[in-house]
Amino acid sequence: MIGIGRVGRLLLIGVPFLWLALFFLLPLLIVVKISVAESVVGIPPYTPLVTRDAAGFKLQATLANFALLASDQLYLRAYLGSLANAALATVLCLLLGYPIAYAIALARGARRQLLLFLVMLPFWTSFLIRVYAWIAILEPNGLLNEFLIGVGLIATPLPLLNNQFSVELGLVYSYLPFMILPLYGSLSTLDESLIEAAADLGARPFRVFLGVILPLTLPGIAAGSLLVLVPAIGEFVIPDLLGGPDTLMIGKVLWDEFFNNRDWPVASAVAVVLVAALAVPILGARKYLDRAQAA
Amino acid sequence: MALLEIVGAAKHFGATAAVDGVSLSIDRGAFFALLGPSGCGKTTLLRMIAGFEAPEKGRIVIDGVDVTALPPYARPVNMMFQSYALFPHMDVAGNIAFGLRREGMDRQRIAVRVDEMLGLVQMTGYARRRPHELSGGQRQRVALARALAKMPKLLLLDEPLAALDRKLRAETRIELVGIQERVGITFLVVTHDQEEALSMASRVAVMKEGRLVQIGSPSEIYERPSSRFVTDFVGEVNLFEGELAAGFNCSTLAVAGFEPIPLPPGTDLLHGTAAALAVRPEKLVLSPAPPAGFAIAAMVSSISYLGGGSIVHLVASQGRTLKAYLPGAAAARFARGDAIWVHWSSEDGVVLTE
Amino acid sequence: MTLTRGIRTTVLLLGFAFLYAPIVLLVLYSFNASRLVTVWAGFSTRWYGELSKNEGFRAAALTSLEVAVLAATIALVLGALAGFSMSRFSRFRGRTLFGFALLAPLVVPEVILGLSLLLLFFNCESWIGWPSRGIPTITVAHATFGACFVSVLVRAQLAGFDRALEEAALDLGARPWTVLVRITLPGISPALISGWLLAFTLSLDDLVIASFVTGPSATTLPMAVFSSVRLGVSPEVNALATLFLTVVFVLVALAFWLTAREERRRRIRG
Repeated sequence: MIGIGRVGRLLLIGVPFLWLALFFLLPLLIVVKISVAESVVGIPPYTPLVTRDAAGFKLQATLANFALLASDQLYLRAYLGSLANAALATVLCLLLGYPIAYAIALARGARRQLLLFLVMLPFWTSFLIRVYAWIAILEPNGLLNEFLIGVGLIATPLPLLNNQFSVELGLVYSYLPFMILPLYGSLSTLDESLIEAAADLGARPFRVFLGVILPLTLPGIAAGSLLVLVPAIGEFVIPDLLGGPDTLMIGKVLWDEFFNNRDWPVASAVAVVLVAALAVPILGARKYLDRAQAA
Repeated sequence: MALLEIVGAAKHFGATAAVDGVSLSIDRGAFFALLGPSGCGKTTLLRMIAGFEAPEKGRIVIDGVDVTALPPYARPVNMMFQSYALFPHMDVAGNIAFGLRREGMDRQRIAVRVDEMLGLVQMTGYARRRPHELSGGQRQRVALARALAKMPKLLLLDEPLAALDRKLRAETRIELVGIQERVGITFLVVTHDQEEALSMASRVAVMKEGRLVQIGSPSEIYERPSSRFVTDFVGEVNLFEGELAAGFNCSTLAVAGFEPIPLPPGTDLLHGTAAALAVRPEKLVLSPAPPAGFAIAAMVSSISYLGGGSIVHLVASQGRTLKAYLPGAAAARFARGDAIWVHWSSEDGVVLTE
Repeated sequence: MTLTRGIRTTVLLLGFAFLYAPIVLLVLYSFNASRLVTVWAGFSTRWYGELSKNEGFRAAALTSLEVAVLAATIALVLGALAGFSMSRFSRFRGRTLFGFALLAPLVVPEVILGLSLLLLFFNCESWIGWPSRGIPTITVAHATFGACFVSVLVRAQLAGFDRALEEAALDLGARPWTVLVRITLPGISPALISGWLLAFTLSLDDLVIASFVTGPSATTLPMAVFSSVRLGVSPEVNALATLFLTVVFVLVALAFWLTAREERRRRIRG
């Protein structure tokens, strides 16, 4: 913009940059720092990085925490379990979300806006409350079981809660809007004349879908998948409320290490490995979001 | 003294020169048009005058003051944007008053001036309307009123008629000229439409690839184009390419497949020079019988009736096509396939070496 | 492939049924006189009464509101600045890092955001004795990720913003900062409104990050609900949830209405 001037530019960029550097980037560095410390009793509950003694400064770092992560089966299973759950949830969100996004994209004018609003509304209401609502439904003496027994389909309540099923259900339910919106974004900008041209050239509906629509909505699929997969891997609330004893997700592990075991260094190490593992999809997400936003 | 003086302005975008050494001067009170095809640099030049692009070289002087380094808000120039750029969150009065408020004018005088402007563009009573409630033509008037409100020394208009439909265009052209005469402000219009430029402006400059190729009055540009480009861009033309040759008592143009074509008296070029002869369609005369003097034998290939006249397409020797314009119903006596003779008075031709 | 009307409607109905069934049931059962979810004992507002007597929830709600308003406002300012900078300044030192820092919090799991911020506050406290963990730290945390959401919205809105409006303002004599305030800001008001509301809602709703960075005295509403819910389904929580949903519904509807109105104003038909 003409004439903003160097000081103005510095302020406009600098203020938010400084804030984010202080409250996002720096904390991440601190996590790394503590991941190489040892747990001790006291405040702080970990050893300092740099100590000073008669001989000068001494660096005190250990990879013991990471060794623990590598050796203890628990963590590996938790990482893989999270990945598996999140991946499954992503696929389910895609399968459920695509038809819904498509139906919305086909709607016209005001109805479209209304439908989008209705899709977004659950997202804006409390996440915690919505997850909690499923407990009442999935309980052994909850609504769903009572309904099925009442109708005569089953005799004893199904174990619908505190297991893999409820966790997946919770994940899909919570993250579905995150998949629908990017898909809708891709679908709504689809040039209808391309579909018409394909049909005109003799392609049957399914072929049109596979050959024209699907490839062109790939950016939306990618964006939606990233927006579901990455946060879902580190999800805590859903496994905690809806999961059972054999639900092992890394977000819960991190929480337990920190709050229950009070082992900050190990919790930090868990976090570091998680971020490292997520780095690829996060960077991928950034590239897609950036491209979608190229102003 | 000229109101606007541009001296040697130049600007590159990457490797291409958008404006390549343009010098121009516009008199006070003139209605000036900058005409050229898309990409010729006219919009860049306009934006340089307004202050949105900085020239790499050259100076822009307005009313004796060098404004080259001044930002847009400090120049006594205002612009009517092609997209109108009306502020959607203000009503019509707010839009028009915006520039006046920047000047620190007091509320009373602003109200008076806004009313004046609304009257000038015939939008009285629309003060409280919002831009999205107006039609395209109405928005354009508001944009014009807004740009004139500050009584700038120079008003820039970027393709002012481009967004209007045909009928509205013709009406608006006349109105714009009337308004300019009334307020006496110097207008500079940028357009790719030669009809617009010729009908509105008192002086026209034709641009091509960043350079000015001809400046003159509309009739000069049309009747006496200085190059093939101008002649072809402004209006329809029949162009004969050949070489200067000697004739009986005048120069002629030796064109392959035709008798030597007589050139306008006073043509003063060396024999053998490659040149072109341009003849406008309305100057061609069609006769069923060969006339005395030079004529070309041709066959009518099509007649397009336009209402006020007709365009007659002809084919001459060597497959050479010609275009003639006959007013009224004059073309009615001809039919497709007729063999006729085409001729014109030699003064009606223009010799071009560029 | 065009889906027929029938299929489309079915898909939408099923989809929305899935999304809304739990919510609708929750609301219904908040008015259930019986404590048990599966037994309908008649319409009653008794749980709302019980809720209003619950000091814990009340205090938590106030805390959450206080934090949300403050955090949303800070997030709005930061996010608008950031969105504007990324949109308008195509080259500056550290732009890649800045862009990363603006988008990463949107996808990084909350447990990591929470943990890292807590560690920061903890260290800060031991170095310079401030801040004490509680409302200030929760506010800062919420403002941080709220800003990232706001920046996305602002950037998207700026992408569709007609720069000619700014040029026209400059041409008419307005100085750059005046143009920013009088032309650009109003021009992106839909993004600003929905951005504030989004940051507000996200703050109100956050459990994980608040749990990490809070102190002994500050309990937010989600934290109170979470501890209650861990013990099982409770009708008081149903009532609370219904109230919460109503408030959010009204706010979001308001945001949508305002945004739609502004969009209509901008959509200039040819």
